[in-house]
Amino acid sequence: MPNEKELIFSVQGLRKWFPIQKGMFKRTVGHVKAVDDVSLNVYKGETLGIVGESGCGKSTLGKTMMMLQRPTGGAVLYNYGDGNFKDITKFNGKEMHDFRKQVQMVFQDPYSALNPLKKIYTSFEEPLKIHGINAKAEREKMMDAVLKMVNIQPDYLLRYPHEFSGGQRQRLCIARALEIKPRVLICDEPVSALDVSIQAQVLNLMKEIQKELNLTYLFIAHDLSVVQYMSDRIVVMYLGKIVEIAGKRSLYNNPAHPYTQALLSAIPVPVIRREKKRQVLRGEVPSPINKPSGCAFHTRCPHRTEICEREEPRLIPDQTDPEHLCACHLYNKTAA
Amino acid sequence: MEQKDIVLDVRKLNTSFISDGATVHIVKDVSFQLERGKTLAIVGESGCGKSVTVHSIVKLLPQNARFTAEQVLYRRLDEKTGGITEFDLAKMDPKGKEMRSMRGADLGMVFQDPMSSLNPVYRVGDQVAEALMEHNRGMKKSEAREKVLQMFRNLGIPDPERRIMDYPHQFSGGMKQRVVIAIAMINNPEIIIADEPTTALDVTIQAQIMELMKELQLNMGKSIILITHNIGLVAEQAEDVCVMYMGRIVEFGSLEQIFENPLHPYTKALLRSVPVLGLADDQKLETIPGATPNPASLGVGCEFADRCPERSEACSAKNVPAYEVEPRHRVRCIKFSQFKEVD
Repeated sequence: MPNEKELIFSVQGLRKWFPIQKGMFKRTVGHVKAVDDVSLNVYKGETLGIVGESGCGKSTLGKTMMMLQRPTGGAVLYNYGDGNFKDITKFNGKEMHDFRKQVQMVFQDPYSALNPLKKIYTSFEEPLKIHGINAKAEREKMMDAVLKMVNIQPDYLLRYPHEFSGGQRQRLCIARALEIKPRVLICDEPVSALDVSIQAQVLNLMKEIQKELNLTYLFIAHDLSVVQYMSDRIVVMYLGKIVEIAGKRSLYNNPAHPYTQALLSAIPVPVIRREKKRQVLRGEVPSPINKPSGCAFHTRCPHRTEICEREEPRLIPDQTDPEHLCACHLYNKTAA
Repeated sequence: MEQKDIVLDVRKLNTSFISDGATVHIVKDVSFQLERGKTLAIVGESGCGKSVTVHSIVKLLPQNARFTAEQVLYRRLDEKTGGITEFDLAKMDPKGKEMRSMRGADLGMVFQDPMSSLNPVYRVGDQVAEALMEHNRGMKKSEAREKVLQMFRNLGIPDPERRIMDYPHQFSGGMKQRVVIAIAMINNPEIIIADEPTTALDVTIQAQIMELMKELQLNMGKSIILITHNIGLVAEQAEDVCVMYMGRIVEFGSLEQIFENPLHPYTKALLRSVPVLGLADDQKLETIPGATPNPASLGVGCEFADRCPERSEACSAKNVPAYEVEPRHRVRCIKFSQFKEVD
């Protein structure tokens, strides 16, 4: 947890709906609500983990927060320092260019994130050129510095991407994102394409770099145990909505939302001879096109009541722990 | 343990691939025994040869593969008489009649990607029925349909009468995997080979599928070979564990032996590099230095030597045999050379 909680991102009612078009005139017949009314805060120096199953909108949320996809509604406020908040959804090209100097992204697949026809040197030089570092000597100095940080020898710059292993490539991608000294790194499933032994290398490296540079991470992944290892706070998403936000201890020890409980219990634990109470969810994730009414989880929820089908629960803080928010009618009742 | 309790006995299985004129050994001297009614997990990182091992057993290898084995003995149990019939799969022609009658009927397979193991232009019910009728010539279509419906019910596919008429694209990932399991199970095979059956699925669906497989095993007494890279799944599903690295079984033992007393440095490192829920805040994950070597450029000696924290001169001198440290616990590491050598 950061000592002084300085807000760096404030997402307010963010919405990203993809239209479904049909017929000759491309009439919009419905929407895939990938991100639907999401509000969250990111504080300086923390790692905010975002978990959920495939199709829950976690990647879309990450991309929309960087304006790689225009949101349908809502605001993303970014703190330029000293409470100077600006809404990045209203940025023009020049402002966006400056914003991207501060926030960078690491993608899932290190194989497609580096141009196979260009030497690493060229791929690494480009962001520096774009962001106005014109002296070649200075560029090379900066490139050497980031490579040292990810434990890759500087002379490897003259190699092509295919000469590197998956883990090395992901380290290169991280190094490239760090080159222009961003304050925030949005990592979209950075280790899910890697083997376990390599995954551990990359995760440890990311933690070290964060400490060294005082970075803020937004860590998106589907693997709860990886997210738990990396994050200070965790956001759990289901069908485009946040169902629970909590500190990692609190989420792991007292998961409040039935979905979080099921998700935690579904993870196979590499420990033997321990009695495991598994709560297996029936059914599957409903289609985001025809989301169930009320609480989207009610079709699979073991604690479903009649109100769940009618009314959508709001995110409500826990009575004892105000940092722990949960969107479920089970807790709403006790609060009221 | 009696011989008849071992349903599959693999000895010295070797598979190599010929690429660009050079021979690359992918699976080297793999020996293991699968007990009847038990689950054997084969774990390892990508490229360690775990998939090639099982594909060699069912003889589904590409043209450029070369395969030898001392024996791949399959013991079929006749449920009525209790008699045992032995078949050596290693001696069968991969394209021959005998092998074809084995696949599907005695050896069921579930592959990783349910999207690509179903034919998109046939109805799922027909695809399951095809597997059934292939091995039961002369079976009536109506009879096959009944059996398919029953299978779908057992697997928890809702509304089976309507669903057997659907095409694969109308199924979700988890449901497709159930159909693939239905194809593997429909002939009531003795051995089910599941090659990363849940890797393409979400955790909540993974939990459903694994519970289903465990249930089927308990009810029908099947033996399962589970290939996975997920250590958590191994802990929950398997009775015996095979750890593979660069084409060799580096350690073999019961679940308790492997998890409570791992002996090979690779097994130890693998177990400690997995993030577990509930780690302390500042606890670091252990890492294995370096990366897996290229199988084409391996020298003699232990394959793990250049990444091993406990290596010595002798590691790279000659190929390391397996030593039996405890009953049924074999490890391929020269630190244990005082124990009995086994093949």
